[in-house]
Amino acid sequence: MTFLLFAEQMLNGLQFGIMLFLMAAGLTLVFGVMGLINLAHGSLYMIGAFAAAAVAGATGSFVLALIASLAAAAAAGALIELTVIRRLYKRDHLDQVLATFALILILSEGTRWVFGSFPLYLDVPGYLSGPVTLPGGIQYPLYRLAIIVAGLVVAVGLFALIARTRIGIQIRAGEADREMIAALGIDISRLYTLIFALGAALAGLAGALVGAIQSVQVGMGESVLILAFVVIVIGGIGSIKGALVGALLVGMTDTMGGVLLPRFFALFLDPTAATAVGASLGSMLIYIMMAVVLIMRPSGLYGSA
Amino acid sequence: MKLTKLAMLATTAMLAAGAAMADGKVKVGIITTLSGGGAGLGIDARDGFMLALKLSGSDAVEVVIEDDQQKPEIAVQLADKMIQAENVDVLTGIIWSNLAMAVVPSAVAQDKIYLSVNAGPSALAGKGCHPNYFNVAWQNDNLHEAAGAHATKAGYAKTFILAPNYPAGTDALTGFKRFYKGELAGEIYTKLGQTDYAAEIAQIRASGADSVFFFLPGGMGISFMKQYADSGVGLPVVGPAFSFDQGILQAVGAAALGVVNTSQWGKDLDNAANQTFVAAFQQEYGRLPSLYASQGYDTANLLLSAIGKADIADKDAFRAALKEADFASTRGDFKFGTNNHPVQDIYVREVIQEGDIFTNKIIGVALQDHVDAYAAECKM
Repeated sequence: MTFLLFAEQMLNGLQFGIMLFLMAAGLTLVFGVMGLINLAHGSLYMIGAFAAAAVAGATGSFVLALIASLAAAAAAGALIELTVIRRLYKRDHLDQVLATFALILILSEGTRWVFGSFPLYLDVPGYLSGPVTLPGGIQYPLYRLAIIVAGLVVAVGLFALIARTRIGIQIRAGEADREMIAALGIDISRLYTLIFALGAALAGLAGALVGAIQSVQVGMGESVLILAFVVIVIGGIGSIKGALVGALLVGMTDTMGGVLLPRFFALFLDPTAATAVGASLGSMLIYIMMAVVLIMRPSGLYGSA
Repeated sequence: MKLTKLAMLATTAMLAAGAAMADGKVKVGIITTLSGGGAGLGIDARDGFMLALKLSGSDAVEVVIEDDQQKPEIAVQLADKMIQAENVDVLTGIIWSNLAMAVVPSAVAQDKIYLSVNAGPSALAGKGCHPNYFNVAWQNDNLHEAAGAHATKAGYAKTFILAPNYPAGTDALTGFKRFYKGELAGEIYTKLGQTDYAAEIAQIRASGADSVFFFLPGGMGISFMKQYADSGVGLPVVGPAFSFDQGILQAVGAAALGVVNTSQWGKDLDNAANQTFVAAFQQEYGRLPSLYASQGYDTANLLLSAIGKADIADKDAFRAALKEADFASTRGDFKFGTNNHPVQDIYVREVIQEGDIFTNKIIGVALQDHVDAYAAECKM
């Protein structure tokens, strides 16, 4: 394997990890602060992508599309929190899973009603399309570099928000002791709505960013949701730092595993069998990693036991 | 008074006639995918089927439609319900091979006719063939074989091939290799439902290939084509029609322009049946038809042709009538081989732009009167 290919694959793993982080950040916040398992997080990702595709189609502006994805997903998140999720905080996890699973079905069919069954068109804007040549002669799509940068900016912003602002203090306090911060006079239900909308907006942004290079279609959030859960389990539930590290680990492992394993098996198997075995094992790798992390550290890498 | 009596008599007579007609009707159960990510395919097949019934003006067919949600266990439940409770005569509509494998063998064993609008798994074409099973679309390998034949004819000597890691994906690469004479620059199985192909595209770039063949149906193909176009690799692409059908081309956009794909049907095929179909479909549904719609339309017309010749109660006569395939297909000539699978031409199409719409144009024939590779194994 040449250096160029290896470097390109590392960048791919990084970009995939960053995208997973945007999804996992909201999921881990909601789980950490409110103790809620939200299966409908993937639907918010889908809503972001559809809003972006609709606005990009109407105005032709990618920036407006991204803003629309943030706004639409945040609004949908706030609405869902106020109408459904709010009633679930005191219920056990099984009720939450049941109710948010129902939300997946409702949001998917609702989206189909509005936009139809066929995938929508959302493309990379002209000024971000095509490959660029990086130092060392690596050819890499500019848009994927832009996703990496955007994701890192969001990560830094999120850390600053949590570490340095009043809202951040309230979020951390909410994670530590829900009853106590309510007793201190903080409007806990408003805080919950805010956190939920923030997580939703990040998912919506991820959906819009990824929608431009993938297909904007009903059900697009479900496969990402599973990976996002793997990320927060590895990183430790409730930890933003854990979500970032977990996302990068999963992104790298998934990408590099899928590339390197078939080559490894090709050393002692015939090519067709090697690709088949390598591909199968490659897709299992992140789950094996999750199992190993859970054995070593049952509460995840950065989880508070 | 007399007049009222007459009217009542007439009404009763009409009602009786109506009831008699209802008894003589052929009841068709359509099990297809109408929700979830794969719904576009099922909706197109259903719309094509219903359009043919409407255009025929025939009221000989009664239809029950159910959504399988692309899940084998749901498809099996629906089939049981249709056979036992609804008492249908004919089943059709399934898009996906894994669902077809779950439903078809038991349905045909219960002496129901099954007409496949799409799925053509090799297991049902070879040793598992059955007199009650008719495939109106193709055997799964066919379009990939045509792509292999085209790649050879186009002089490609080092093709990079990829498909999802599931039975139809393995069949696809097997089918391609059966007719491709060059060497392979690489062969990759991707995850089913994968949406990011950056790692695969990087391998294509590093492989020194001169062309790319891929089978990635539905949303997977949209993702791959957009990312491939953006990567600047720029090698020529060959694929089966599934990644370039009318339902997804608008979502791929300009990235698909010029791509060569293989199909048994195209909207510009020059025959009267096809012209009627394309125009009527556009008028009825306000969009261009896809190959799935053409397959649904052909299936309904095949059924109507058999109903015109034989009584459904006489299964042998009805099967013989189906086998004659005496209907005007949107593909032009259409006939069944020994294993009740189509013997047909497979065309090469190119993605073009007509105004704002991306669509396909037929540019040649890849395989003529093509018989699938499993027909010889079928004993019936």
